[in-house]
Amino acid sequence: MTIQNAPATRSTFTNLLWTIARFREAGISLFILILMVAVTLRAPSFLTVDNFEDILLNISILVIVALAQTMVIITHGIDLSVSSMIGLVAMMVAFVVKQNPETPGLLAVLMGMAVGSVLGIFNGLIITYGNVPPIIATLGTLTIYRGMVFYYSQGTWINSFELPANFKLLSKGTPLGLPNMVIIAILVASLVYYFLNHTRTGRDIFAVGSNPEAAQYAGIRSQRIIFLVYLISGVLSGLAAVLWVSRFESAQTNTALGFELQTVAASVVGGVSISGGMGTIPGVLLGALLLGIIQNSLTLIRISPFWQLAAQGLLILVAVISDRWILSRVERTKL
Amino acid sequence: MSMLPVNGSKSVSLINEYAPRRSFLSNFLRWEWMLVGLLILDVLINTRISPFFLDARNLSRTSSDFMEIGLMMLPMVFIIITGNIDLSVASNMGMSASFMGLLHNMGVNIWVAALAGLLLGTLGGFLNGYLVARIKLPSLVVTLGTYAFYRGIAYGFLGDQAARGYPEAFTYLGQGKVFGTLIPFSAALFIVMAVIFGLVLHRTTFGRYLYSIGNNENATSYSGVPVEKIKFIIYTLSGFMAALAGLILAARFGSTRPDIGTGLELAVITAVVLGGVDINGGKGTMVGAILSLLLIGLMRFGMGLLNIQGQVQGIVIGLLLIMSILLPNVIRNLSRLRENFTWRSILPAAVFLLIFILFFIFFFWSRASVLAGS
Repeated sequence: MTIQNAPATRSTFTNLLWTIARFREAGISLFILILMVAVTLRAPSFLTVDNFEDILLNISILVIVALAQTMVIITHGIDLSVSSMIGLVAMMVAFVVKQNPETPGLLAVLMGMAVGSVLGIFNGLIITYGNVPPIIATLGTLTIYRGMVFYYSQGTWINSFELPANFKLLSKGTPLGLPNMVIIAILVASLVYYFLNHTRTGRDIFAVGSNPEAAQYAGIRSQRIIFLVYLISGVLSGLAAVLWVSRFESAQTNTALGFELQTVAASVVGGVSISGGMGTIPGVLLGALLLGIIQNSLTLIRISPFWQLAAQGLLILVAVISDRWILSRVERTKL
Repeated sequence: MSMLPVNGSKSVSLINEYAPRRSFLSNFLRWEWMLVGLLILDVLINTRISPFFLDARNLSRTSSDFMEIGLMMLPMVFIIITGNIDLSVASNMGMSASFMGLLHNMGVNIWVAALAGLLLGTLGGFLNGYLVARIKLPSLVVTLGTYAFYRGIAYGFLGDQAARGYPEAFTYLGQGKVFGTLIPFSAALFIVMAVIFGLVLHRTTFGRYLYSIGNNENATSYSGVPVEKIKFIIYTLSGFMAALAGLILAARFGSTRPDIGTGLELAVITAVVLGGVDINGGKGTMVGAILSLLLIGLMRFGMGLLNIQGQVQGIVIGLLLIMSILLPNVIRNLSRLRENFTWRSILPAAVFLLIFILFFIFFFWSRASVLAGS
């Protein structure tokens, strides 16, 4: 009897989880829709193809790094060092490209990812082998990597005229209709989606995050999984760094300063639980889109640029609070 | 921030640590004594390297550089001991200092403006407390949101303007010394505050509740402790202290810009964690945090005398932060490795070492070619 009952209860339970998961994304979609309608009423130029291409271009880098951050957060970790990794890789790649203007774009990308992977490996080793809590480890490497940027460049920076033209086109060129950067972001998103949902290692990431002990008993080597997500975070930050240099045509000592909080915000607004084990890729994409739309529309409806950061912060708070409110309502009705 | 250390291993270690085992040696193995040792080491090295280190005037000036961080650190110790975090302190500091600057620019009396700044900062802490304690959102998420929100308000208040021209009576808060001695006013304020906060943490029921919440919030709540109210209080307190630190920083600079104090939250958290306060809550002392603040301050001062840039100093501070937790763990891992040693276990270490060596070769090679050219 009990054996027969077990699958049935499990399936209703997963059904319940599914409805909540769908509902969560529905919540943020609704929020985006309301925002879009409100902005269009004030500024009709919002609903144009050009403007949406602009938004997509602006959030591409955020999407790439936020996806990595999401995987880290799903394992109940956090990677605060992404911004400094981007800063360091950006500076190193810019130095090399300046010295060797003939560097093919693909090689620059691979170089950035390789350098980023080393930084990610360092994070991963400290956290897994050294048993340092992720927030401390990456807080430390946040200042270490940023310090290395200063040491590396001795305070100098790379300007637009020092970079070759084909490198600058790497992110903005449109051989396939959309800017390369947007295509790369879509590619990364689909790869991460497939990896998280349809591979064994990807499922292990969720297992490690939602119940580390159970994962251990199930034979998952959680230390390896945790090491892997920080490695991926380094690689994707490296990729983002190359795109960053190419798009903004410069590498400075303060490149991407404070960016780590935007990536965490995109994940969290997209419904990724900060206590691990929960989160979806479409949710994160919507979260990044929401941040992008907010930034874009504040300019369109002519809110003073000085108040934009405040409005962004407020909207993040509203999104998180309403998400919690919806979740508690769902739980109450289900009970 | 999980705050439920319910698995077996942790509770066992808790018993070990809180059992009355005050043998002579174990007292010396405490983290606070390690910090004292590091402090002495740092002073010795610095006096050897630079003759300007043990100069009362220099030390007095450098100590006032760290008092803002110190003032924000005191309530942060409370918050981290309960297993929570407040990332918004530096933004809150910017918001309240900018509000004061805005009112000052509008011609309001400076003391009224300062009071308004304090009120706004306290209100900011109150909002954090409301969202964490009442709505029960994770503190990391809440304060991440208010981190952007409060800094944004600071920019909204002042825009690209700066507030300056504060009267001398006000700049005394940041630049003055106490009664002709060399002790800066802000340092004296910090010492008084530190004593109060230390006594509250270690000598009152309120302080014990903080540890209790950090060790097991649910159990604490079930045993009748007003957890919600306590969280409210510590976050509001954190907002007040951030505003106070903001006023002192503004007084020290003699001007306020909206980006005042950007990034200080990380310095504050570094000081707390290096001081031996467990980021997961439930463990730590005020003395440790104050010692680590002193250590960071003196190390930065010493490196400054050697003309090392402030940002590059971050490498050392960051390494120190990581090492403080890493080293004991690695030593334990190594001794376990020695018990069942095989040559294969060397392999991954060798591979990683090779990767890092290659990285640094690339690092210095690519750097040298450009810096030589320019």
